[in-house]
Amino acid sequence: MIHDMKAEDVVGDYKEVILDLYHSISRKILYTEIEIPYPDGKLIVSTTTPEGIITHVNQSFIEMSGFTEEELIGAPHSILRHPDMPPAAFKDLWDTVGRGEKWQGFVKNLRKDGGYYWVKATVIPNIRNGKLVAYTSVRRKPSRTKVEECIKLYPTLF
Amino acid sequence: MSFMFTVSPDFTPDHISGWYIFNTWIQRQMDTAIHLEMYNDFQTQREAIEKDQIDLIYANPFDAAMLVRERGFQPLAKASGESDEAIIAVNAENLVEDIAHLNEGIKLAFTEDPDVKMMGMIMLEPGDLDASNITPVLSDTYVLVAKHLLKGEADAGIFLAEAYDGLSSMIKKQLRVLVRSQISVIHHSLMIGPKLLDKKEQFQQVLVDMHADEKGLGVLNSLGFNTWEKVEDDEMEFMIDLMDTLNT
Repeated sequence: MIHDMKAEDVVGDYKEVILDLYHSISRKILYTEIEIPYPDGKLIVSTTTPEGIITHVNQSFIEMSGFTEEELIGAPHSILRHPDMPPAAFKDLWDTVGRGEKWQGFVKNLRKDGGYYWVKATVIPNIRNGKLVAYTSVRRKPSRTKVEECIKLYPTLF
Repeated sequence: MSFMFTVSPDFTPDHISGWYIFNTWIQRQMDTAIHLEMYNDFQTQREAIEKDQIDLIYANPFDAAMLVRERGFQPLAKASGESDEAIIAVNAENLVEDIAHLNEGIKLAFTEDPDVKMMGMIMLEPGDLDASNITPVLSDTYVLVAKHLLKGEADAGIFLAEAYDGLSSMIKKQLRVLVRSQISVIHHSLMIGPKLLDKKEQFQQVLVDMHADEKGLGVLNSLGFNTWEKVEDDEMEFMIDLMDTLNT
């Protein structure tokens, strides 16, 4: 399940926007300009069903997203969708993994407290006995130069 | 018929005799003739794997995908509590305090240990460093990586965390850790090949019970391990997928 964000969860001054997610579902997003730096040496790992529902998260995912494990398991991965991310990036992601290929890109993720963090994300389809059973996504600390490029590029993709 | 056992060439030199003792122990437990062949480098070991000469291997996680997907190997066990982590370190006198401050063209010392090198290179990415803009200083051992840093022959070094922690305190005093990985899920595994697969469950049982036996515990200690922990096929698949995502 995915819920609207609540003002009491948000830290700092925020803006409000309604974001259209998948299957005509929309979500009220409250977001701030507070960036949480990606921790050195850590990987954020999650697994989803082929439909994008989270089935596994590691401790770094929990810490960086600000959600509890209970809130994350069963939620769509788009719970991390930040309004500054162009929908075209996610279309490319789903088109690529849908062809059975690996996708890689730089993503601005939304936290439960309205803040954000940049990652270099890699998503791969998990094929078992020739059948797609899940997707695994691994995020690592991105190059700041690449992040700066994305900050300029992404607003042009809406 | 004799089977062939080999150990990932990144084994700690202190444990080489331990692997021979382990091989004797496992032969007795399984009543099966197994020859231990230690290769000096990954390339020679991979050639033996490609010729289907290997039946049992304590494998580097980097090779796990090839062993499972191309050679029909299956996981048996891992040393409990052990995971492969990497460290980026510099000379203690180096003023750099963050990976982002390392410059293009730096001389980077590392060994050919594939998973540690991969993790180390990932930790250098935030500083816009990759294989194309570093000068490699290939080193045979982690002690030599340290020596290159101490002598100023390298600006930064990639270490297996366990090897770094095992350096003498005198050497460590002259080095400084910039970043240490906390990945937790990448580990070496004991794996079994197609010719021995019919004995997989027996092998696993003997291994997980090993610490309960006095002699077995002594053998484990000679390897620097406490116990073996069973690795399920799903767990291995997850690690292979993870390595796949990282190896780009």
